[in-house]
Amino acid sequence: MPFWSPLALLAVALGLVITHFAVPTTRAWMWKASAVVGLGALALLLYLGLIWAPPEAFMSDVGRILYVHVPFVWMCMIAFTLNVGCAIAYLMKKSWRTDALAESTAEIGVMFGAGGVLMGSIWARPTWGVWWDWDPRLISTAVMLLSYVGYLAFRSFTEDPERRATWSAAASILGYVSLPIVWFSVRWWNSLHQVQSTSQSLDSQMRIVMWWGTVTMLFFLFAFVVKRYEIARSRQSSALEAPPEAPRQEVAA
Amino acid sequence: MSDTPAIELKDVSKRFGPRWAVSRLSFTLAEGRSLLLTGHNGSGKTTLLRMIATATFPTLGEIALFGHETRRNRAELRPKVALLSHANFLYEDLTAAQNLSLAAQLLGAQAPAAKVKELLERVGLGARAHNPVRQFSAGMRKRVSIARLLLKAPRLALLDEPFGELDPSGITQMEGLVRELQAQGATVVLATHLIEQGKALTQERLHLEQGRKERTA
Amino acid sequence: MRPVGLVRGAWLVLKKDWQLEWRTRARLTATVFFSLSTLLLFSFAMGPGIDVLRAHAPGYLWLGILFASILSLGESFRVEAENQSLTGLLLAPVDARSIFLGKVLGNATLLFALGLLLLPVTVALYDVDLTRNPGLLLLALGLGCLGIAAPGTVYSAMSSNARARDVMLPLLLFPVLVPMLLAAVSATKFALMKDVQEQLPSWLKLLTAFDLIYLSVGFLVFPRVVEDD
Repeated sequence: MPFWSPLALLAVALGLVITHFAVPTTRAWMWKASAVVGLGALALLLYLGLIWAPPEAFMSDVGRILYVHVPFVWMCMIAFTLNVGCAIAYLMKKSWRTDALAESTAEIGVMFGAGGVLMGSIWARPTWGVWWDWDPRLISTAVMLLSYVGYLAFRSFTEDPERRATWSAAASILGYVSLPIVWFSVRWWNSLHQVQSTSQSLDSQMRIVMWWGTVTMLFFLFAFVVKRYEIARSRQSSALEAPPEAPRQEVAA
Repeated sequence: MSDTPAIELKDVSKRFGPRWAVSRLSFTLAEGRSLLLTGHNGSGKTTLLRMIATATFPTLGEIALFGHETRRNRAELRPKVALLSHANFLYEDLTAAQNLSLAAQLLGAQAPAAKVKELLERVGLGARAHNPVRQFSAGMRKRVSIARLLLKAPRLALLDEPFGELDPSGITQMEGLVRELQAQGATVVLATHLIEQGKALTQERLHLEQGRKERTA
Repeated sequence: MRPVGLVRGAWLVLKKDWQLEWRTRARLTATVFFSLSTLLLFSFAMGPGIDVLRAHAPGYLWLGILFASILSLGESFRVEAENQSLTGLLLAPVDARSIFLGKVLGNATLLFALGLLLLPVTVALYDVDLTRNPGLLLLALGLGCLGIAAPGTVYSAMSSNARARDVMLPLLLFPVLVPMLLAAVSATKFALMKDVQEQLPSWLKLLTAFDLIYLSVGFLVFPRVVEDD
């Protein structure tokens, strides 16, 4: 896949989220529509992935899990990127909305990431003969996941809502910054010890299915993030007292 | 004395955790005047004083000290404002002298050692200067905090329950200290349950009830 | 009187931390013995084969330092929380960024001193050769300790106020430290043993980059963490 494709995906996700917040008329229906379209796309994905696409040359039918595994990991990365965007935005200008969106994207990201890693592990067992390998991709994803699990735990263990928002934004930035360094260092460390071949010889049919899987998951990502955001917002409004009303009229002294 | 008030609160509210500790409070205090702040426990006195001291900032509304908004101008305001509170900001494992000398050096004082010695003598802790604060009683800790306040020579002194934990001689000394600060032209805000003592020392009064202004006199 | 500048403020905070460490050296000693016993436990866990132990000595050394850092980083902000001294520092006044720099250097020097104490122990327990490249070994140790201290200071300032703070700090800190640990262990290994492919300089560069990145991110983020805006 071309190098710009993750950026293009991120741009689409960002576009959807921004539209949702910027255009009030889309707020009620767009995420629901996205979920419905996602379900339809999923049905097609099942057909394409299980029947239409030929078995992979080396991995046979096990390789079909990649059509879901890869999109899951991509969605996870997109969600975390949105999360760090929210964190930076929150530190620049405080807003309960950005905090709620940060909570939502982190949780959805962890969900996609956990699914992705799990499927990766299932795929690795018959392919590499082990459940786990010191592959930079795998380690970076696992570290990323761990770092955001820590982020979510930290959120739930901090009581004061304002401090929680500020601190988790800081934690998000510190965690995200480490991701490229982790990737780089693990690849370097690994390449000096053993060379892991992860041949990605996808033919054009498989590439189409992979892309279709990504589009499908993108619909779900958007729908999940919006739904989780609304839950976060309603929790906020029930936890936080409403701003006080104007003071009582004072008796003139 | 200039026309800009020492403290100006414009419709200030502060959320503390999920609750509003201070609600839509507005008042001004002219420079050189002193204010008695009263109210029950939990009425928002401490939160209000911490906001004025720039230890925390309003959720809604604005506070200006000497005409400068606190959130943006904290760096310029902090050297002029001193807060004496329950939390005494002392390092338990450092000695009284080390604690004060840190404060003096941070203020950029000339000859900090001599100054610290003199102040500790003044608050009656000369003999215990080199004992760690952990060994001190609550009253002695308060005396160290008072010495730190004197060190700063603030234009605005915020005293949260200054008489608490002090023995009678300490209370008399504290009253003397407040009068001395006032004589130097400092603005003083005094939060206390000892209303009679407080009234004798101040010209204005603000009573808080559940974070709201109840009456002024 | 004029309040102090950024560097002088950092220096005063650092000096204060050193004073505190010195006055509570009993606790310091306990940390040292904690990491000593972790080193000892590693050799029990891996069996008595000296070749295996020698080969993995850099890893044990850094894990010993890493575990001890959780204790020392937590302690570093527990003393600040005790009487809200951190707020006191801000009001004193000190620039929050000075506090960050002072605290990072304080934590890093403490870990570095601990590392210096542990090095001879690794000789005794794992039979490593410290004389091969002592200068670069110390450099790796210093850069590694700074790498733990820089993000650790930010996380510790936050977690010291959260519930379950003893669990929170490692949960937040360890994932971030993965590249630092990789680089520090590799650099130490190549400083102790034969470095056929001349890998040591590249790992030191990676460590330096890690330190610089986290020092700058921490420098920017720390004021927002400690100021109660």
